[in-house]
Amino acid sequence: MITVEFLGPLSKEPMEVDIKNLAELKDILKDDESLSEWLDSVAVALNDEIVSSLDIELKDGDRVSLLPPVCGG
Amino acid sequence: MLEIHKDSLDVKEIQNRWYDLVRDKNHGALITFIGIVRDEDEIEGLSFDIYEPILKKWYSEWVEKLQKFDARLFMAHSQGDVLLHESSFMCGISSPKRRVSLEMIDKFVEDFKANAPIWKYDMRDGKRIFVKERGTKLPNSGVLR
Repeated sequence: MITVEFLGPLSKEPMEVDIKNLAELKDILKDDESLSEWLDSVAVALNDEIVSSLDIELKDGDRVSLLPPVCGG
Repeated sequence: MLEIHKDSLDVKEIQNRWYDLVRDKNHGALITFIGIVRDEDEIEGLSFDIYEPILKKWYSEWVEKLQKFDARLFMAHSQGDVLLHESSFMCGISSPKRRVSLEMIDKFVEDFKANAPIWKYDMRDGKRIFVKERGTKLPNSGVLR
């Protein structure tokens, strides 16, 4: 199982999904109305490394995080 | 040293502590940046969420980079609520001579603004309101589009 976390203002509880590849996550999230305005602007991290494509195989226990636009300070 | 504090920073305590830490290293310069919440747009203050795992990673890359110049890095950030004219963010760089500190503090603060996984909310009427347009997209944002 993969844990997906929604950071900062996404304010959605983490979810567990059974997916083998990051591209499958896109299919799950695209129908989620609470996220539709965000998908254009969030970055995705896999085990705390930002990814540049969804063409990545996942293994059990991986953590995916969605990061909206940042503004620290 | 990366510090995360609940709500606003105790500026004087942090500043003095960093200075004390630098004195023993025979560094000739310590440049400190203190970020202060401005009174704008009728906000009561700002509130912050931090994603620590990625922040720590980002921070340690900077520590390593600065070690090559024999420079030392300090940073403190608030998690939670910071009222007007209080501080939410401090950082400092010390080095044997001033040039490294002066140049690197600029680069560090700009990189922080662009990449640190921290989200800021306006505080209004007891609520936290995220202003999306104020944020900076991280690299490869929109990959889920």
